[in-house]
Parts: sequence; C-alpha cells; structure tokens
Amino acid sequence: MILTRRHTLALVAGLAVAVSAFAHTPARADALADITARGSLRVAVPQDFPPFGSVGPDMVPQGYDIDMANLIGEKLGVSVEIVPVTSANRIPYLQTNKVDLVISSLGKNAEREKVIDFSTAYAPFFNGVFAPDDVAVSDAAGLSGKSIGVTRGAVEDLELTKIAPADADIKRYEDNNGTISAFLSGQVDVVATGNVVAAAILARNPPKRPELKFLIKNSPCYIGLNKNEPALLARVDEIIAAAKADGSLNAIAQKWLGADLPADI
Amino acid sequence: MTYVFDFSWLSDYLPVLLKGIGITLQLIAVGAVLGISLGIGCAWARALGPKWLGAIVAVYVELIRNTPFLIQLFFIFFGLPALGVQMSEMTAASLAMIVNLGAYSCEIVRAGIEATPRGQFEAGASLAMSPFQTFRHVVLIPALQRIWPALSSQVVIVMLGSAVVSQIAAEDLTFAANYIQSRNFRAFETYIVSTLIYLALAILLRQLLRGLGWTLFPRRAAR
Repeated sequence: MILTRRHTLALVAGLAVAVSAFAHTPARADALADITARGSLRVAVPQDFPPFGSVGPDMVPQGYDIDMANLIGEKLGVSVEIVPVTSANRIPYLQTNKVDLVISSLGKNAEREKVIDFSTAYAPFFNGVFAPDDVAVSDAAGLSGKSIGVTRGAVEDLELTKIAPADADIKRYEDNNGTISAFLSGQVDVVATGNVVAAAILARNPPKRPELKFLIKNSPCYIGLNKNEPALLARVDEIIAAAKADGSLNAIAQKWLGADLPADI
Repeated sequence: MTYVFDFSWLSDYLPVLLKGIGITLQLIAVGAVLGISLGIGCAWARALGPKWLGAIVAVYVELIRNTPFLIQLFFIFFGLPALGVQMSEMTAASLAMIVNLGAYSCEIVRAGIEATPRGQFEAGASLAMSPFQTFRHVVLIPALQRIWPALSSQVVIVMLGSAVVSQIAAEDLTFAANYIQSRNFRAFETYIVSTLIYLALAILLRQLLRGLGWTLFPRRAAR
C-alpha cells in the first residue's frame, strides 16, 4: 500500500477524533452504591501468583486473595466476579473501572498512593533476592555484574531499580510466570520475588533452587481501590477489622501461608 | 470527574523511549535482511531445488506459518535452554524474527518465481547462462520486482509483531511503553505516544522499502 500525504492526514485526523471521544470519562457515582445496585463485586486477583492466586487443575482460581475477595463479597451481600490480572496491569484495570477492588498481593508505595487508595493491610508479604546456593550474593552491592529476573512493575522491580548497582543487569518480565521461567531456564542468575513465590517454587523441587540471599522489603498486601471512594474504603476497612477480630482472616492465613498472621497486620 | 492529561513524564522517560525505538529498529533491520535472505534461499529450494530439500523447507514453512509467533519466541528463549542452547533475549528475539519472516517471505518469493514464464528460463539457457546465472539475473530479479509490495507489507507486519519480544524482557519500544506505564500509571498518555511512534516507524519503513524498490529495480521506475 502506498501512503499518500492525504491518507496520512486522514489517519491522524481519525486518531484525533478517537482521542477526543475517549478523553472524558463519565462522572463517577459512588462505587459502593454501584456495587450494591449491580449486585456483584468485581475483584482483580492474581492468576499466576500462588499461594495468593493461581488457577487450580480444575481451572478454578484459588488462593489467599480469592478467599479474601469472597469474604468481602459475602459481607457486602453481593456476588463476586473474579477478574484475573497480572502484576503489570492490575492498577490500570482499576483506573479504567474494569474492577471495583484490586486484591492482588498489592504492596503500598508513594508512587502508587498518588494514583489509587489503599485499605488497611490484610496479608503479610516479604520480597527478596533468591538464587541457588552456588551464587554468592548477600546484599544489593553483590548484584554487581549479575543478571536479575524480576516482574515488571512489582514492588521488587521498583525497589531494586533504586538499590541495585549500575552494572547489575535487571531483566523485567511481563508476569510472574515469565520471571520464574527465566530463572529456571538459566536466563538470569538470580530472581527477585516474594518469599511465598520462592517457597512455592522450592516445593516443586526444581533443578535450580531459589534460596533466600537477602530481603529487599517488608511489604504487606493492601486492597487497592480508586481515589475519592470514602464509602467503599470505610466499608472495606471495617470488614478487614472484623475479620481480624473474629479470626476468619487468621484462618485464611493458616490455610494458604501455613502460619498465623504476624502481630503488625 | 474529568481526566486531566499529563505528558510531563515525557522528558524524564525520553531516553527509555529512544532506547526502545533503537532496539525495535535494530531488530527489524537484522530480521528483515537475514529473514528475506533466508526466504529467497528457501523459495529457490521449494520452486527449483532438489526434491528432498524442497520437502524439508516445506515442513519448516508450514511449521512456522501455522504456529503463533509468541510461542515460537518462548520456545527459543525458555524451551531451548533445556537442550543446552542458551542465548540472550536479543539473540532469541532476532532469531525468532528471522525464522518467522524467512517462512513468510519464502512463500511470497516463491509465488514470484513460479509466475516466471517458462520461456524466460529457456531464454537464459539459450544465452549460455549457467542455471545459477539464469536464476540470479533472469528469474530472481523480475520475481522480486513483482512481489516487492507484498514483501514490504510482510516486513512491516513483522516489525509491528516484534512488540511481543517485550515478553522475554527484550527492551524494545513496547517494553519501554510498558515500563513507563508501570511507573507513571499514565496508561492513556503512554500508549498514545507509543502508538504514534509505531505509526511513524511503520510509515517510514514503508517509504524506505518503496525507495529501496526503486533503487534495486530501476527498470520499473522507467516505466
């Protein structure tokens, strides 16, 4: 096809029209009222992040975050619509109003707090740097000259980008599966991920064993929701507090993490 | 609530975008040159070469044309290390593009070769040209001239398809867009900018290939 100047102009004009048509998002009503009226709660959950969220052999999503989503749906008295997402696209799903809540082992940091709101913490989470025994690394400086696999947009990506030496080669993969595959197939020397993810890999007894080298950050999980939704935020916080008090949250922690909730949650 | 556009991140992330553009251009340059060369060789084998070689090439072409590019890429990058074949993400991405474009361009070039009138082969032979000389001067050049627009389109398709190499952490333009978006949370602005860059790259690539066609096949321009 030959593009003449007229075609190009038409294309650009078309794009401009498309842009202006989508530029104005409609005024948002109260999200909690929307959820009640709709009778369903749409929740973004991880699909490749056991034990927080993964798809079982029967193709049904399961995990800590799915149980948490069902708990909140039950307390709100609405059905729960599970929307599987990846680390990289979970916040865009919320921003574009495809989901009401993000319960996707989401850590809190200053950058994210600028664009979305967070509930109180509902699950413990640590991330660190993992590698087989024969790789000698004990701190961030030790990553010099090594290749590190990490999931793009995850807390460990953002933290490592700040603390890793300039000659550390950070490879950012689209989702957790890509990061794990890259580590197991030897495409990277070390992997930065959550403690529970490394434990899940170890449980499968792989040829390359991700042993903890050092911790990057204590980063508990929070439920993410859109800004300016005080009613929904208050209701979610209330449900989390009640679940902590009556032991149902601790039961979820026992079921998926095999440990009691730590005192700081 | 009205969405307020914010492009202030552009200045901070310009180096990331430029690097991404550079990687995408590098991938398509290597992929196009080697992929089309591979395609021409395969087209010769299928159209005029020995039968056994044609059969091998046919298996390769059908295998590549009937499987998704992303799976081919994952197989090379994540699968082959199990057989001891380890390569960097850039090598894997280039190889996947060469292999992919090679298969498609094989079929395009073969169509051009098979459209060559029988008499043209005989004319070459009657001028005492060797089979190779006949292929090179009498068959291939007019064939390429015939299919050049189709081949150009395929190169642009592969350039746009190269967006998936970001999945294996090759830092191309799509990787740059995703990287920026996961830090500034400005999905609309980030992707509109990367869309416009891809659009500009595709138009430029088309014009470049058109100009290259005129240079390589000057007889066409004279018509």
